[in-house]
Amino acid sequence: MVTASDLWLWLEEVSDPEIPVLTVVDLGVIRSVETDGKNAHIVITPTYSGCPAMKMIEDQIIEKLKEKGVDHCTVELTLAPAWTTDWISEVGKNKLREYGIAPPENEPDKTVLFAKPTVVPCPKCGSSNTRMISLFGSTACKAHYQCNDCLEPYDYFKCLR
Amino acid sequence: MNQAHVEFVLRIADDSLILGHRLSEWCGHGPVLEEDIAMTNIALDLIGQATSLLNHAATLQGEGKTGDDLAFLRFDREYRNLLLVEQPNGDFGMTMMRQFLFDAYRTILFERMQSSSDEMIAAIAEKSLKETKYHLKHSSEWVIRLGDGTEESHARIQESLNTLWRYANELFYTDAVDDEMRNAGILPDLSDLRQQWENTVNHVFQEATLTIPSNNWKQEGGRKGMHSEHLGYILAEMQYMQRAYPNMEW
Repeated sequence: MVTASDLWLWLEEVSDPEIPVLTVVDLGVIRSVETDGKNAHIVITPTYSGCPAMKMIEDQIIEKLKEKGVDHCTVELTLAPAWTTDWISEVGKNKLREYGIAPPENEPDKTVLFAKPTVVPCPKCGSSNTRMISLFGSTACKAHYQCNDCLEPYDYFKCLR
Repeated sequence: MNQAHVEFVLRIADDSLILGHRLSEWCGHGPVLEEDIAMTNIALDLIGQATSLLNHAATLQGEGKTGDDLAFLRFDREYRNLLLVEQPNGDFGMTMMRQFLFDAYRTILFERMQSSSDEMIAAIAEKSLKETKYHLKHSSEWVIRLGDGTEESHARIQESLNTLWRYANELFYTDAVDDEMRNAGILPDLSDLRQQWENTVNHVFQEATLTIPSNNWKQEGGRKGMHSEHLGYILAEMQYMQRAYPNMEW
């Protein structure tokens, strides 16, 4: 007999294909799980509209649950409410930092042009003396920063609200 | 099937699809690595929006087609995008000016469409708005940097504005489709769209020391499927694989 808590636990074993240190649960893309004791229905939401990882996440969920004995699993994609970085768990934020990616900070209103970039502490040495290289980074969800003290270049998981 | 509803969704979808394709042409050709990455990131957001919108249009059509069918297997006269978004990239300044004129419009449109009675449209608008705000910030800042930059950069981006201004009026094109959508509550009130857009544009052009051309010559037709000569070339490149090898995937 499969329960919803089993499903949540098993989904913790599915990692994000682009940031493997995070599970899909840490990332906050799992919106709901349902089961009748035998089959499962999982609702997921994309981080960005064009996120190329969604199909892979869907396949991995089905594969993982099959491995756990759930033969029939459906995955539904929903857009509303829209994903926000506020849904990344505290555990997830710590994992990001340990992995070398700075987690989202509070960012100023994007309508202010040439606003001073958000201070994003370096995930390697912790210094706040850092600079933004580019608002757009290696994936849709990241910006590119560099530490002025230890010179480490790093990704910043930018705030999306 | 409600013809006006499908038409309305295709207009927004095709703006995203064609501009996304245009921006993706910069991949590997950006003036600096950071901007190459920025433009392709924005392209990805736009293609993602187009995917959701075209899937929705296909569902509304109810003819068993998919979003991919609509993206890859229509003829040029069936595309409903603005003439602005199909204009060639030109130099980096031209691309940023095209993007800015569009982003300023898109931000307001998505803000309003969050209250659409079509729940899918409202959801896509809410999602896309978060991304579009980043795009607008990026294109606004570049228009200001280049306009208020060197003599060379100023002259070139002023020339881009002179070239593209004739397509700006089409952003506010309305016809019976819009009336029907408004009556159905699918399209919220946009009567002050032009005023809001002009506020953004005038503010940025003032900072950028750019002058709006006095030439009022206007071109439109995209919403009715009457395109400039440029669209055919985009479609030829975009559709080649699906036309040559039907239903192929990679």
